[in-house]
Amino acid sequence: MSTFVSPALDERFRTAAAAEGLLDVAYDILTDTAIGDLLVGVSDRGVCRITFDPEPEVELERLARLHGPRVLRVSKPVERVRIELEEYLAGSRTHFDLDVDIRVVPEFHRVVLEELARVGYGSTTTYGALAAKTGHPNAARAVGTVMNRNPVPIVLPCHRVIGANGSLTGYGGGLARKEKLLRLEGAIF
Amino acid sequence: MPAAVPPFETFYETHRAEVFGFLGRRLGRERAEDAFQETFLRALRAYPRLEHGEHLRAWVLTIASRIVVDLARRQRPQGELPELGSEDDRPAFEELAPLTDGLPPKERAAVVLRYGYDLGYDEIGSALGSTEAAARQAASAGVRRLRKEQQ
Repeated sequence: MSTFVSPALDERFRTAAAAEGLLDVAYDILTDTAIGDLLVGVSDRGVCRITFDPEPEVELERLARLHGPRVLRVSKPVERVRIELEEYLAGSRTHFDLDVDIRVVPEFHRVVLEELARVGYGSTTTYGALAAKTGHPNAARAVGTVMNRNPVPIVLPCHRVIGANGSLTGYGGGLARKEKLLRLEGAIF
Repeated sequence: MPAAVPPFETFYETHRAEVFGFLGRRLGRERAEDAFQETFLRALRAYPRLEHGEHLRAWVLTIASRIVVDLARRQRPQGELPELGSEDDRPAFEELAPLTDGLPPKERAAVVLRYGYDLGYDEIGSALGSTEAAARQAASAGVRRLRKEQQ
């Protein structure tokens, strides 16, 4: 008792839903970027989620839990983020002109992520140095946790945070990606 | 514990084909497209107020049938429901559709929602903008009328 919904009609509804401001999160999945598949989520305040190798079901549940249940795949609101990410990955962009929505992260995380946003293209810092910047010089380990749970990697550049001994330490998207991003930026050779 | 409200994407993917089929049979394919968009926009507006994820199929079909009734009222002051779109194979509703053609719109909607879509009378009542009792009455009046016609 069902009828195929044409892609045009489907797209029309999705676009209208976003245009009417009815969504908690609009998301899209960018396939085959230079660093693999990325899910990008955007709220009314800015980009709120970037996930490497997304498992859609898990990811949709998470977005709904954190931001509200009106989560829908729509490409239009994500377009600007997609373009900037592509430019960045092609090496032609060194700074993101994007609003970031980190309302849902706990206070300490937000403070650290805001400090992280100041770490510029092509440079690196350490977990300890970032901790000191936020006024908690002994919180290097906690800063590591914040990096690991960063909701918008790449745009908030947790790949630029490395161990005090110069080792890359860890990355939510896997160490190979961290290395690739740092190489792209010329931070390592 | 009742099921949690699923992400809208999941809800939409699960029910869109059935909703579009339902609307296509009531309105014809062309008008069904606008009604389809309106159905899911209405569902989206109401979505934050849902308290659990139970009976979502009935819920969205209810919204769709209300839109069909609204359109019928707006376009046919005498209260005659629009022609059916001609569509491919579907079971319950399709068997009911030609049979119920001659019924007054409320009775027809009640019969089809009850026996074609298996909705409860409370849901049919809200779909038709009336009460559970009125929906039950409309459905049984419709069935009586059908029996009479068949004799």
